[in-house]
Parts: sequence; structure tokens; C-alpha cells
Amino acid sequence: MAFQLLLNFLISFIWMFLKSSFAPDTFLIGYIIGLLLIFVTRRFFPTKFYLIQLLAILKLLWIFIKELIIANVAVLKIILQPKLAVTPGIFAMKTVLTKDWEITVLCNLITLTPGTLVLDISEDNSTLYIHAMDISDKEATITSIRNSFEKAILEVSN
Amino acid sequence: MITTIISIITAVLIFAGALLTLVASIGVLRLPDVYTRSHAASKSATLGIMFILLGACLYFFQKEGIFNSRLILAIAFIFLTSPVAGQLIIRSAYNRNIPMTDMTIRDDLKTAKMKSTDLE
Repeated sequence: MAFQLLLNFLISFIWMFLKSSFAPDTFLIGYIIGLLLIFVTRRFFPTKFYLIQLLAILKLLWIFIKELIIANVAVLKIILQPKLAVTPGIFAMKTVLTKDWEITVLCNLITLTPGTLVLDISEDNSTLYIHAMDISDKEATITSIRNSFEKAILEVSN
Repeated sequence: MITTIISIITAVLIFAGALLTLVASIGVLRLPDVYTRSHAASKSATLGIMFILLGACLYFFQKEGIFNSRLILAIAFIFLTSPVAGQLIIRSAYNRNIPMTDMTIRDDLKTAKMKSTDLE
């Protein structure tokens, strides 16, 4: 992804030198031409066309913001109900992610989802220990949400 | 017309932010132990401060025509660092054996830790 982006910048600089005009709009036109060139030659690169990854990153950001707002409404409901009905607990969750940055992003996502907080990560990076506010019936739904997060992160990384 | 809309959005954002921060502090008072308190503190306070900063950014953009990018950067920094802070606090609390509330019904980490000490 970084290589394709750098190549795209290089192409737009070459376009600027060919036109011998150094205005921002020339750069933009060169950038679009570079985008087309990279799209045409996309099968020579080992990774996917980088706009797809860019879209995946934007999707991840959208999930982040959406989950933050949902989590806050959930916490609001728990705190403001007259009788405190929480059944906290810690459960373990296996993860398929391996790279450090992926696990960090997953931890941040889980921390911002309703009623969950990452407590610890096992030594071999394979299990996350999560503290849940309401462990009783949530585990199944939490796992399903988790799968969607993991999928979104995997989409970015390959 | 547009000015009115922007001021209404600003007011709603700042009010929502203040409300969320208030709820977070009520949560810190009401919830039973460190771990559940950290839930309230790390989520509601984050979004509350983000809303207030966004409101301030919009206010100065509309009133004085200045787009203050530092506020946007501050939003990004808080968004990235606050969950990590909550995580680190409860992790060190757990490692210091701070007890959880009696309502706790499950503890997988304890069994995992006991297993690893048995192996040694």
C-alpha cells in the first residue's frame, strides 16, 4: 500500500515536471493519471490496488465512531437506571490476528464497544482477556460483533 | 439561516458533551468497583470531551472564521489515548489483586494465571 501510494506521488511529480507548472491543480491531475496507471498495472503489484485498502480503513474509522456512540448510550442506560443491575466478569477470547498493530487496533475497538474492556493479552498474543459489564447473555452477541471487527481489520491488512 | 443552524449544532454538541461527562462522573460514583468504573470513565468521558472540542471548533469557525486545526488534532489524540489509559489502569489494578465486586460471576484470567503458575 505504501509503495503504491509513493509511486502515485512520483507519477504526479513527473506530470508536474512534464507540464512545468507547479500549481496544486496540476498535481491533482497528475495524481488522477497516476491512479489510472496504477489501476491498469495493478496485477504487477504483490498487494491489492491501494484504493481498496483505503476504503477499508475508512470503513474501520466509521465502525470506530459508530461503536463509540452506541457504547455511550449503553453506559448511559446502565448508570442511570435506578437499581444497579450489573453482572461483571472476565472472559477469554481467541483472536486470529497476529501482527502487533492489528491487535492494538482490535483492543481499542473492543474497549470502545458497549460493556467491554480489554484487561490483558496473553504472552503469545493469541488470547485477549476481556472484562464485560454484563456477562450473562451478551457473550454470543459480543462474539459476533468481534467477528465483524476482526474481519474489518483483516480487510485492511491484506 | 446557515449561521443559525451551525449555532444550534454547536449548542447541541456542547450540551451533549457536558451531559456525557456528568453521566461519566455519576457512573464513577455509583458503580461498585475499579473495573466497572473504568468502563464509565473510559467511554463516556472520551465522547464527552470529543463533543465539547468539536463544538468549540465549530463555534470559532462560525463566529470568527478561524478553522482551528489544533482542536481536531486534540480530538484525534484523546480518541487514541483514552481507551489505552483505561486499559492500563484496570490491568495494573488486576495485577495488584484489587478485588472485584461480589456480583462478578466469571474470571477466566484467574484460571489461566493459575495454570501458568502450576506449570512453573
